[in-house]
Amino acid sequence: MRSGPIAARSAAVVAVLVTVGLTATGCVSAKHHSGGGDPQRNANAKHATLTISTNAIVGGKNAQEATWISETLIPAFEKAEKAKGRDVTVKYQQNGIDDAKYGEKLELSLKAGGGPDIYIIGGDSISRYAKAGYVEPLEKVVGSKVDSWSGWQQVDKSVQQNVSMDGKYYGVPNGVDGRVLFYNKKLFARAGLPANWQPTSWADILAAGRKLKTLSGVTPIQLDAGTPMGEATTMQGFLPLLAGAGQQIYDPKTGKYQGDTKAIRDVLSFYRSLYVTGKLGDPKLQQDPNGRDESFSEFSKGKLGIIGESDYLWRSIVCPDKSICNATAMADRNSTVGYALIPAEKPGAGVDGQDFVSMSGGGGYTINPNTKYPQQAWDLLTFMRSPTQIKAQLGDTVQITANKQVNSEILKKDPALSFIAEKVLPITRFRPSEEHYSSVGALLEEASGQAAAGKPIDQIAKEYQQGVVKLVGADHVASD
Amino acid sequence: MAGLGTGRAVLFVVPALALIAAFLVFPALWTLYLGVLKYDLAGSNAAAPQFVGLGNYTDALTDPRFANSVLLTLAFVGLSAVLGQNGLGFLLAATLRRAVGWVRMLVNGLVLLSWILPGTVVVFLWQALLDRNGGTLNALLDTPGAAWTLDHPLATIVVFNIWRGTAFSMLLYSAALDAVPTSHLETARLYGSGPLRTFRDVVLPRIRGHILTNTLLITLWTFNDFTPYMLTGGGPEHRSETLPVYVYRMSIEGGQLGFGSAISLIMLVINLVIALFYLRLLRRRGG
Repeated sequence: MRSGPIAARSAAVVAVLVTVGLTATGCVSAKHHSGGGDPQRNANAKHATLTISTNAIVGGKNAQEATWISETLIPAFEKAEKAKGRDVTVKYQQNGIDDAKYGEKLELSLKAGGGPDIYIIGGDSISRYAKAGYVEPLEKVVGSKVDSWSGWQQVDKSVQQNVSMDGKYYGVPNGVDGRVLFYNKKLFARAGLPANWQPTSWADILAAGRKLKTLSGVTPIQLDAGTPMGEATTMQGFLPLLAGAGQQIYDPKTGKYQGDTKAIRDVLSFYRSLYVTGKLGDPKLQQDPNGRDESFSEFSKGKLGIIGESDYLWRSIVCPDKSICNATAMADRNSTVGYALIPAEKPGAGVDGQDFVSMSGGGGYTINPNTKYPQQAWDLLTFMRSPTQIKAQLGDTVQITANKQVNSEILKKDPALSFIAEKVLPITRFRPSEEHYSSVGALLEEASGQAAAGKPIDQIAKEYQQGVVKLVGADHVASD
Repeated sequence: MAGLGTGRAVLFVVPALALIAAFLVFPALWTLYLGVLKYDLAGSNAAAPQFVGLGNYTDALTDPRFANSVLLTLAFVGLSAVLGQNGLGFLLAATLRRAVGWVRMLVNGLVLLSWILPGTVVVFLWQALLDRNGGTLNALLDTPGAAWTLDHPLATIVVFNIWRGTAFSMLLYSAALDAVPTSHLETARLYGSGPLRTFRDVVLPRIRGHILTNTLLITLWTFNDFTPYMLTGGGPEHRSETLPVYVYRMSIEGGQLGFGSAISLIMLVINLVIALFYLRLLRRRGG
């Protein structure tokens, strides 16, 4: 008698749970509802609200970008829309965190069907995001007017490709950067090295490092390695070295990633001679969660001889202006900091037989397919990439933008940026837009960290190969 | 059921059961379900997860990083909670009983402070303490350049967790010791029993239940504690990557949500085993 109702009740509870479970099951397997469908939805809404998110914050990380968006861009855009008879409010979500963490945060919110209306997407993430349904071709979200946007004529082909997939635009590009070796000319003079240094092989880099090592209190070389530096390890360290060893991480023609190949082993060996056998770098810095910032701080204080970095270091870390570069500003940057092309392993050994190599990143602003106001979002996107706004974003600083006309006006103001635009961009490579790249990149970070910590190269390469095979299957991995 | 009747009794329990179902049972089942999928944060497996059966579990059990993580977690829990917090908490509770009022207040206050401050704040302070360049500890010990978190990652998080969590054990043991009748202690002293003997024969039997309860709670908390991540990031070279950190790094940083769910479920099972083990001990004591 007594157990009857309770049993019935438990059965009911189980039934409810199973039902909820099954309903929710549908959620996971359901394809992402591809946007709201109609690009013209809410085009004539009385009032629209757009959110824009970047990893920048007033008074902190990328302060200049944050100040531009909140103080110049948004008021100007809202005014321009009002003039067209549209009432649009733009909200700006500021962030000041590690780039990798920012990406995770963004992905989680997109996964949950939310996220900002406009956000920045890196060229290498387009495939991964598109396959997940987080981005769609702009023409699908906004309509055919995307292709006829006049701004495209001002964008270089390679930069256009960096925000495209299968011939379709996924974002409006925001700029491009390049990697070089920055060095401290004062330390070079003390170590008896030339002020106009240009190594032509990896051995040259090590030789300069050995001379710098004679100076006390100076770390000779910093090439990012290990997991804590995240994507900085691949972009600033591993991938330029790999290009210098003659390979790119992914070959779109064969559809294969580099596995346990000679080029990979060469790169790992270089890390080893840098950090372990030659003791020319600080292996602890590669393990430190704040290692990259630490390396910036050392370089700005003249305690680091050579650092592989993108022009970001020049523009936003060691610039003379304290209001932009805070504690790492270098008042004497222009006379103290030198820059050289990254050499191939040996002359002519680089990718496509190049003597010098580089890697470039960059991406563009894109529109969330789930936005309620696609037309207003497109207005904002094109507004913020107008020459006026690009120049407002830069202020007094110089950066390689995605706009040829702006570049021709501003680059001549800064020798380092013109150097990168003229000498580096023609020889640079971009990361592959293949959905597994970021996972393979994580394996490269792990492998380089192990090499810097002294683990035997053959063993690292073998484990790395196993990791890649597990990710993409043996058919898509090259080894020799 | 006298007075209420089964029907009404059930009615009273239903809200609680519904909450438990919604916030405990359902997430557990959901985790179980996600654990059999290849389900990623982005990429094609985000839109259309593939069913992989027990694949995630076999992957985890054959991953040396998982084994490493389990061992580290056991060491972390054993050293910092079972031995560290328990021991230090009891010691503080026992000594403070005899201390002057203001000393007790002061020590109590400091220990509690380390417990109630938000994790992020506390970790920030510890980073300043342990920093390689210009950290307080290096200044005190005159060991410039010593990288504590990098050279001794496990020891760092163990000491940190003892410091962080001792307050709970201390409070619980203070209350437990108050429950030992003074007359018993006096009788023992009259019979010439030393402090160790008194502890073993008079105090321990009285507080055994408290010890077990306390150990159960701090074991589970420490097992699932994520704060070490903020201090060491699980590194270097995975040397402080306890299970919660491993799950986070695999599922969020690595984007493998399905795999992360599988590990979470394994953690859930381990938690259950620990809980059952202690409950069994408690019951044996009661019976």
